[in-house]
Amino acid sequence: MALLDIDNLHAKIDGEHGKEILKGLSLKVNPGEVHAIMGPNGSGKSTLSYILAGKEDYEVTDGTVTLDGEDLLEMEIDERAAKGVFLAFQYPVEVPGVATMTFLRASLNAQRKKRGEAEVSTPDFLRLVKDKAAHLGINQDMLRRGVNVGFSGGEKKRAEILQMAILEPKLCVLDETDSGLDIDALKVVSEGVNALRAPDRAMIVITHYQRLLNHIVPDFVHVMNKGRIVRSGGKELALELEANGYAEYQQDAA
Amino acid sequence: MPAVQETVDQVRSLDVDQYKYGFFTEIETEKAPKGLNEDTVRFISAKKNEPEWMLEWRLEAFRRWLTMREPDWARVSYPPIDYQDLYYYSAPKRPSELSIDDIDPEILATYEKLGIPLRERDALLGIASGGTKVAVDAVFDSVSVATTFKEELSKAGVIFMPISEAVREYPELVKKYLGSVVPVTDNYFATLNSAVFSDGSFVYVPKGVRCPMELSTYFRINERNTGQFERTLIIADAGAYVSYLEGCTAPMRDENQLHAAVVELVALDDAEIKYSTVQNWYPGDKDGKGGIFNFVTKRGDCRGDRSKISWTQVETGSAITWKYPSCILRGDNSQGEFYSIAISNGRQQVDSGTKMIHLGKNTSSRIISKGIAAGYSDNTYRGLVTAHRKATGARNFTNCDSLLIGDKCGAHTVPYIESKNSSAQFEHEATTSKISDDQLFYCRQRGLDPEEATALIVNGFVKDVLQQLPMEFAVEAQKLIAVSLEGSVG
Repeated sequence: MALLDIDNLHAKIDGEHGKEILKGLSLKVNPGEVHAIMGPNGSGKSTLSYILAGKEDYEVTDGTVTLDGEDLLEMEIDERAAKGVFLAFQYPVEVPGVATMTFLRASLNAQRKKRGEAEVSTPDFLRLVKDKAAHLGINQDMLRRGVNVGFSGGEKKRAEILQMAILEPKLCVLDETDSGLDIDALKVVSEGVNALRAPDRAMIVITHYQRLLNHIVPDFVHVMNKGRIVRSGGKELALELEANGYAEYQQDAA
Repeated sequence: MPAVQETVDQVRSLDVDQYKYGFFTEIETEKAPKGLNEDTVRFISAKKNEPEWMLEWRLEAFRRWLTMREPDWARVSYPPIDYQDLYYYSAPKRPSELSIDDIDPEILATYEKLGIPLRERDALLGIASGGTKVAVDAVFDSVSVATTFKEELSKAGVIFMPISEAVREYPELVKKYLGSVVPVTDNYFATLNSAVFSDGSFVYVPKGVRCPMELSTYFRINERNTGQFERTLIIADAGAYVSYLEGCTAPMRDENQLHAAVVELVALDDAEIKYSTVQNWYPGDKDGKGGIFNFVTKRGDCRGDRSKISWTQVETGSAITWKYPSCILRGDNSQGEFYSIAISNGRQQVDSGTKMIHLGKNTSSRIISKGIAAGYSDNTYRGLVTAHRKATGARNFTNCDSLLIGDKCGAHTVPYIESKNSSAQFEHEATTSKISDDQLFYCRQRGLDPEEATALIVNGFVKDVLQQLPMEFAVEAQKLIAVSLEGSVG
């Protein structure tokens, strides 16, 4: 059984005259696989990530999404998180006054509680964070600062990957994780992501550029345009897109 | 964040109404007849065995009060208060001043329920398990029922007792300082308090003494239709230091109850007073029925050079709050501080802030105010910073932040700044923000449910002020914040 099964998904922006953004998108993701979703601006890539996470600004009008065979669309946002859905945000949100460390711990324990697991002890938690943070070049000072407050673009993305590493999700959705990163930061972040590749974990990597996929090498590449997947292939498809651009897909769909 | 977690659990275990101190204690009481006239004032004074000068002081206040009008400038609205329909004195019948064992067991049980140990040995047990030592004065309706650790404090020379006792035992001190910070004629509610105050705490810390433990008063209004008018007077003599905590609760009732307190602080040369309040009076139900009307005058006088007074308040209760803890910076190089968290939910109305009055040279003050409005509530910060013409080198920093939860509530900021000295430096910063849907979505995506997420975001917002509270209070306040905001999202 696929970990994630999206079938004929239609969705629009919430509200009476909301625009339809996803128009019959289907995708199956098995444990251990890394799928890249590429496409021009406005093709619905970020919307897909928000709908998987449960953001309330959208309305699903048709189709189904299951996670491990369970109806994902019926679940609350935090319930999805506890079941293992993690979204690395394109624009991570600031939470002033709440230390990153506190936030990590509150999140981890909230998820564990929902799964009926015991809270992590303080020494275990500190050890866990110290270990994972070091690999991502995140120092103690950053962990004490408010969540994403005053972080540079690169720091924000590294902090997202740290959260992912601590929460150990089943399905990681990375929304334009490469945006705003210079080449060195891109390397650190990619290494962090690669370290999390595992046989029981799947990833959906959303990106506009092929550049990221040199570092995080996908098993499958999908081209998205106007709300559906218009072509799928292996990692070589990304190189082809890099060479030819998205123009031909945009014409096809028009 | 275990405290947040615990709170959320606590909130869930409660039913619709989340106010957990809303119980009523069945107890025999002795009351003054309903209504207010000179006889009421005489009755109270006689009950307290007061000397003649105290009665005269009260009567003068009462006559003055008759000529005054209730202030209406605050951004609160409430039905007219019928001052003749209230009891001004209510006391538990059993005498309690002798020893803790004479206190009605019902009252002891009440305070235990509130988490306030009045038996010193219980308090000491608490210390054994990791807490710090706190001496408590418990005020039940109109009288002080117990003051703990009195002996240990008196060894250090610290006087900590009900003010009714201090009037008899230390008349010179009381005469000298009572009404010297908040004059009898100060304002409508302070004048009313001066006429009918029944009890409260008196603290005197002698020269050079650092009070060996935190002092605390716990106020409880129990009786129906009873006003509570307590009076607190704290004096830190030259070089002394004292930290004082105040807490309060009341039963849930459909009608409104009146609370009009006066607190006076006096800090002499090099003295420091830290006054912390966690105000958790019953706020009324979700439709705005019932709740305490809280009209309080709190003022500190930095009378000596290099003295310092610091107010920290966490305001979560009351239907109406009208309260401006202030500092008069009279001594040269004196400092005043005001740290406030004011939370309003349901139909609560808060009009609170501070006054920093710079009179001496090189005085400085600092105001950090965090207002949080949820539900249908209104939350106003009202502040005055003023420099007298001789207040050379006065400095003030004000930071006033408001956070809105939902779109039916209001936050208002009314700062007044007056400087009559060209060397004064006053800074004012203010922000108003909303808990954004993006913040909630982000937190929930990481596994927090809506209540946990809101509590976390709000605790982050008020962090600067929470850090100013004594440790145990900070934890208590953090829990209280989450409970107060129950039902404010979703």
